[in-house]
Amino acid sequence: MDLLEYQGKQLFARHGVPVPIGRAARDVERAVAAADEIGYPCVVKAQVQIGGRGKLGGIRVARDREEARAHAQAILGMEIRGLIVRELWIEAASEIAAEYYASVVFDRSAKAPLLMLSTKGGIDIEQVAAADPGAIARLHVDPLLGFQDFHGRRLAFEAGVDQDLVRPIVDVLARLYETFVAEEATLVEVNPLIVTPDRQVKALDAKVTLDGNALFRHPDNAQLRDISAEDPQERMAKERGLTYVKLDGDIGILGNGAGLVMSTLDVVKGAGGEPANFLDAGGGSRAEAITAAVEVILSNPRVKAVLFNIFGGITRCDEVARGLIEAFAQIKPGVPFVVRLDGTNDAEGRRLLTEAQLPNVYVESTMDGAAARVVELARDGGEAGPTRHAAAAGKARADGGGDMGEAR
Amino acid sequence: MSILVDRSTRLCTAGITGREGTFHTLRNRDYGTNVVAGVTPGKGGQDVDGIPVFDTFREAVRQTGANTAMIFVPPRFAADSILEAEDAGIELIVAITEGIPAHDELRVYNVIKKNGHARLIGPNCPGVLSPGKANVGIIPAAFFREGNVGLVSRSGTLTYQIGNELARSGFGNSSIVGIGGDPVPGSDFVDVLALFEQDPQTELIVICGEIGGDAEERAADYIAEHVTKPVVAYIAGFTAPPGKTMGHAGAIVSGSRGTAQAKAEALEARGVKVGRTPTQVAELAISLLNGRG
Repeated sequence: MDLLEYQGKQLFARHGVPVPIGRAARDVERAVAAADEIGYPCVVKAQVQIGGRGKLGGIRVARDREEARAHAQAILGMEIRGLIVRELWIEAASEIAAEYYASVVFDRSAKAPLLMLSTKGGIDIEQVAAADPGAIARLHVDPLLGFQDFHGRRLAFEAGVDQDLVRPIVDVLARLYETFVAEEATLVEVNPLIVTPDRQVKALDAKVTLDGNALFRHPDNAQLRDISAEDPQERMAKERGLTYVKLDGDIGILGNGAGLVMSTLDVVKGAGGEPANFLDAGGGSRAEAITAAVEVILSNPRVKAVLFNIFGGITRCDEVARGLIEAFAQIKPGVPFVVRLDGTNDAEGRRLLTEAQLPNVYVESTMDGAAARVVELARDGGEAGPTRHAAAAGKARADGGGDMGEAR
Repeated sequence: MSILVDRSTRLCTAGITGREGTFHTLRNRDYGTNVVAGVTPGKGGQDVDGIPVFDTFREAVRQTGANTAMIFVPPRFAADSILEAEDAGIELIVAITEGIPAHDELRVYNVIKKNGHARLIGPNCPGVLSPGKANVGIIPAAFFREGNVGLVSRSGTLTYQIGNELARSGFGNSSIVGIGGDPVPGSDFVDVLALFEQDPQTELIVICGEIGGDAEERAADYIAEHVTKPVVAYIAGFTAPPGKTMGHAGAIVSGSRGTAQAKAEALEARGVKVGRTPTQVAELAISLLNGRG
């Protein structure tokens, strides 16, 4: 779970990492009130999880109330690389003498937290790493030992921190590590970590990623939200306990098992299609799980066809087929479905589906065949909409009802 | 031969009295796995279909000689259960539980490594199956037959898909090892590759990877240095957008790191054939096996 800057700074404050004072606001009046309370000059900052928001006009200094109001009006609702700004963070302006970089990264390769420190902060650290790798001091901390002051001193001296700043920097690193462990983060990054003219060290930005699996131990953090990044389908899926990721294409995808779904996306793309989503129904063979999944997929208006890819292991294909038939009785989708059933009881599952004569449902037995079919259907649906409607209407008549009409 | 689990396995299930724990433990026993015990704190003295339940791993090991543990307890208690099994002297711990916090996994990994007497498979994995010998976990054994292909994977269903295609063409497996989809797996491709390389029954190895981390890249280096047997690979997630977790906690492209493209290239550069679809992987494996036969 990626946090917004201000949410990260609130966690920093909780663990004693020095941050400028600030207030969050979701409308202009509250932003102005916050600016008045903080005093001028202050900074109005767009709260979106996008790097480089300053260059795109999302961070502006206000010298008085009028400027604060003008900036808040300009930034709220602004689009930054596809995200609409819905929240602001108003904070006291800081004077900057130097910009450093500090981070604690969950290094899955080394199976240990990685601490990094550089005196060349303020720009993209990957650029620094590429241009001047020696400018970043790094060390792994044994997670069973935890952070020790000598770790901090080693980093500070290796990074070439000014002598008078070694102690405050070691202190900040200790507190960042504490934040990382106590909040169960997978990333804590400060860029820039500034030095003020009076030699204070402060975190001017905060990039924090929390482990979603640990939120049960952190009920406060579980409440944190990023309203600008929330997608309606992703929210809907979350409420229904489904693992869903929205993508740019027009072919809805549903499968069982994360690896198989990822593979399905690749195979569809390989067949010339563009997946609209990732959705792992897990062991969900029951009708309510399938109904919920189909509803989420179809709530994306771009979806022109759906591929349902099941390999039955513990999950039985006949149960999946029954679930699908029940789900279709409730939802009556308006787009074609390709269903590939393979694995445990697959023949029985395919027989049930064929017998049920679901309108606009095509049954396949291989993954590659199913992908080719769904790409073809999505293409037809996109370029020859009326044909598909006519075909569907014909089928609905054959099935003896106006049900299809209700479905649209 | 085979790896990790076989007829010498003496299995003890943590969480045996839970619904899933009972179901899969009994399935494993039906397959022929020697299930000797279960652990559920507070339910010591009971039994599950004749399998004795103990309050602690220490007691289970003392009384039954259990050498393998299967962890089926909920995520918030799972790390503790793994550490308890390790402390009791269990040699192989297979953790099925999904959703264990990453910092718990980090601690568990480092404790096990430091003490050096246990091996952890998983968490968030389907377990280990040695066809014809033993099944520890939730892998549907019906799809696999005994044979000479070693299969190691970060994904469950995808493994069944590939294994099933091999079986339909008449090929079987020495062992199938699910190392799991979490960021800090107890064992990695490299660990399992080392075992398959030593196993006389295994003649070809299939590795099934996905986006996130660098386990496949490290596997590529290891294969070039240490593996003499042919290796075929599959990588899932070419179309995954950066910054999104694709179902498995560990399946995420971070910035430009952990992409499927980079993994496939690393493997191919080391002479590993990479199939672009699960079917193609099975076909590559089959053609190599036929060529050898």
